[in-house]
Amino acid sequence: MTIIHLTLKIWRQTGPESKGSFKTYESGPITTAMSFLEMLDVLNERLILNGEEPVAFDHDCREGICGMCGSVINGTPHGPEKKTTLCQLHMRHFKDGDTLVIEPFRSRAFKLVKDLIVDRSAFDAIIAEGGYVSVNTGGTPDANAIPIPTFMAEQALDAAECIGCGACVAACPNASAMLFVGAKISHLALLPQGQPERSKRALAMVKKMDELGFGNCGNEKYCEKSCPKGISISNIARLNREFMRAAFCSEE
Amino acid sequence: MQLDHRIPSGPLTEKWDRFRFETNLINPANKRKFEIIVVGAGLAGASASATLGELGYNVKTFCIQDSPRRGHSIAAQGGINAAKNYQNDGDSIWRLFYDTIKGGDFRAREANVYRLAQISNQIIDQCVAQGVPFAREYGGLLANRSFGGAQVSRTFYARGQTGQQLLLGAYSAMMRQVKAGKVTLHPRSEMMDLVVINGQARGIVTRNLITGAIESHAADAVVLATGGYGNAYYLSTNAMASNVTATWRAYKRGAAFANPCFVQIHPTCIPVHGTYQSKLTLMSESLRNDGRVWVPTRIGDKRPPAEIPEPERDYYLEQKYPSFGNLVPRDVASRNAKEKCDQSKGVGDTGLAVYLDFADAINRLGEAAIRQKYGNLFDMYEKITGQDPVKEPMTIYPAVHYTMGGLWVDYHLMSTVPGLFVLGEANFSDHGANRLGASALMQGLADGYFVLPATISSHFSESAMVPITTSHPAFTEAIDTTKGRIQRLLSINGKRTPDDFHRELGLLLWDHCGMARNEAGLKLALGRLPELKENFWYDLKVTGSGADLNQTLERAGRVADFIEFAEVMILDALSRQESCGCHFREESQTAEHEAKRMDDTYSHVSAWQYQGEGQTPQLHKEPLVFENIQLSQRSYK
Repeated sequence: MTIIHLTLKIWRQTGPESKGSFKTYESGPITTAMSFLEMLDVLNERLILNGEEPVAFDHDCREGICGMCGSVINGTPHGPEKKTTLCQLHMRHFKDGDTLVIEPFRSRAFKLVKDLIVDRSAFDAIIAEGGYVSVNTGGTPDANAIPIPTFMAEQALDAAECIGCGACVAACPNASAMLFVGAKISHLALLPQGQPERSKRALAMVKKMDELGFGNCGNEKYCEKSCPKGISISNIARLNREFMRAAFCSEE
Repeated sequence: MQLDHRIPSGPLTEKWDRFRFETNLINPANKRKFEIIVVGAGLAGASASATLGELGYNVKTFCIQDSPRRGHSIAAQGGINAAKNYQNDGDSIWRLFYDTIKGGDFRAREANVYRLAQISNQIIDQCVAQGVPFAREYGGLLANRSFGGAQVSRTFYARGQTGQQLLLGAYSAMMRQVKAGKVTLHPRSEMMDLVVINGQARGIVTRNLITGAIESHAADAVVLATGGYGNAYYLSTNAMASNVTATWRAYKRGAAFANPCFVQIHPTCIPVHGTYQSKLTLMSESLRNDGRVWVPTRIGDKRPPAEIPEPERDYYLEQKYPSFGNLVPRDVASRNAKEKCDQSKGVGDTGLAVYLDFADAINRLGEAAIRQKYGNLFDMYEKITGQDPVKEPMTIYPAVHYTMGGLWVDYHLMSTVPGLFVLGEANFSDHGANRLGASALMQGLADGYFVLPATISSHFSESAMVPITTSHPAFTEAIDTTKGRIQRLLSINGKRTPDDFHRELGLLLWDHCGMARNEAGLKLALGRLPELKENFWYDLKVTGSGADLNQTLERAGRVADFIEFAEVMILDALSRQESCGCHFREESQTAEHEAKRMDDTYSHVSAWQYQGEGQTPQLHKEPLVFENIQLSQRSYK
């Protein structure tokens, strides 16, 4: 097992209204089998014992699916590995002596809570506007009543894999949420179950997205590159089509 | 304490219908007069919140994560069972019921499990209508796979992320009710206490995890859907924040805790690699369909796997269980891995691992075919370990995964505190002593979408609900207790971190109340708990204050509860002197070292009742009556 030492420059900010700054820490010995968050755990244990406040960061499942973790590492959300959440990034990808700059996901719509933690409730607010099929529990037809072609179900799942981490927003120069919104719009627009509310959904979710202060897509593709689930920007194209279709053709 | 299971009379197949017909309904116009608190937003909590909101109740939903889309149900990989018999392979509600009872080693209630099997079909209909993109055949119909050794293909799945897709379905249904004003969300809120007034659950006290504010919420009923307690072992496949706090607080307010010693240890996880390790990652057990489990025959053989010739490999599962081979149930596979490692035949740096080898399958079917089947799992393994399972065998070891025990509930999913309902992994009800693969998602959604919404109206119609506000003295008392406890945690200023204590507790439980248990070990662990608890409250160090976001304080509170909870878990393991399912008492085994049940003495649910600080909890027994199926000894030979 290899041991490395790193210099960590971590954004420290006690609350949304206070002024934040980078603080430099020596990592101490880090084994390369550790995950990135375990490296932060080790640092935090040391800070606690020294009577200093540990670095606050969001995390939960630590297997890349809950979407709770995420920070910007040397300018890249979730760090250098492709299709990898921060919790699944392992220290073998870094070299002895590296300096890592660790900062929160920054965006107008994601208010900073503390250190590396931001408030992503704006995503929930967008989903509440129409990221669902309006069916009550019970009274639904047999699951096999409507056949769905495999490729369509698969494409819907490609979009539905979004974990809502917010890396796309952090990566985008315009802090756009269009990859996130496009993924949900696509997931439901591709399925027969999503058809009845297709237009209403596109209009309502886009309206909310704009209201909350997210920017517009500039085709820079940083979102796709930083997405830990590899959500394709073709979902943004579909979002645009769905929006245009609804805005011009909907009879609602 | 009376344990009245309230199972409806009549034939098994008619009980649920009979219950729904005989129960009193609430007038739609009156439903909006009831407030319901739901704690937890995983599959059970989100589906319950959505459905209760649709019915017209006012719901307040609490979760500790930043968003209700993150409950740990999201991490379930394999799938969800249902008795649709779409494959025409002989499945039926009765067969799913029987498999689940047998898989649980005959330690679950017939009536609950039968209802679960009945509802399983409606769940799939519901999820498809919500737009859950399940896997499909080329003709457009739903695909199924066989899972966890089942002889029929009844598992519905969405790649390796079925839990995620089902949770996002329930979450979106709930968000629709948020928009409709029927559900109010309280994310980043942790339940600190249950408020019981006149013997009824009437509210909770929470801590706002951002501001540190201690808040109280009154309601007409409280629903706990707060998951399992696997993190008592420190290392488990649970999420980092999964905890026992909500159910433990409820226990201390009078809710009985049932079968706490029933903990499922999953055989195929990535082994521990160092003391800094924070969690264990599960590799889907579908890998055992093509992977062969082996260890070197010679003790202490440290050669790389490729250099160990075929005759010097021990394919112990295939040899010992010729008919099931590598596909034996989870508890059997886990115990055998432990046995080999105990014999010093384990592999890897720590000697606490066995090989799961795909070389034969790759030779037989080709690398491409194997990659297509398990590509995402191989990638996940390689991401974590840096090794490619195509080139060298995986190393795996069992890890704590799911807890069958939980708060005791009756047929209505109500605990021993009237008005307190418990759903999903947080209750004990359906899996007996061992849960089958793809059954957890089924139970969480059955409880939330279908069972609770039907049973809660009977509670409201039968109980006299006195109006209550948070100015009631019981709220003041609970708030003071909570504040006092937080103050105490902050003021110790010792030399050890919460994680340090958690690790110590975890090791103690893993060594003595893990895959195999015996009286001496359990007593030893029980004897060490008071000292651990004392040290915790003497030497803990928590930085910062209680007045803002403080993750160290959050962890400290949860660890304190795990330490207390461990006592009940060990007492339960001690009192159940038989082996059944996951619970292997070394004193009770057959000549072939298999689990030996003792149906005459232990065919019951053990429910533990809190007796006060420092007192030994009281054990109550609910006899399990089997009227419809014949008890048999499980055999996988």
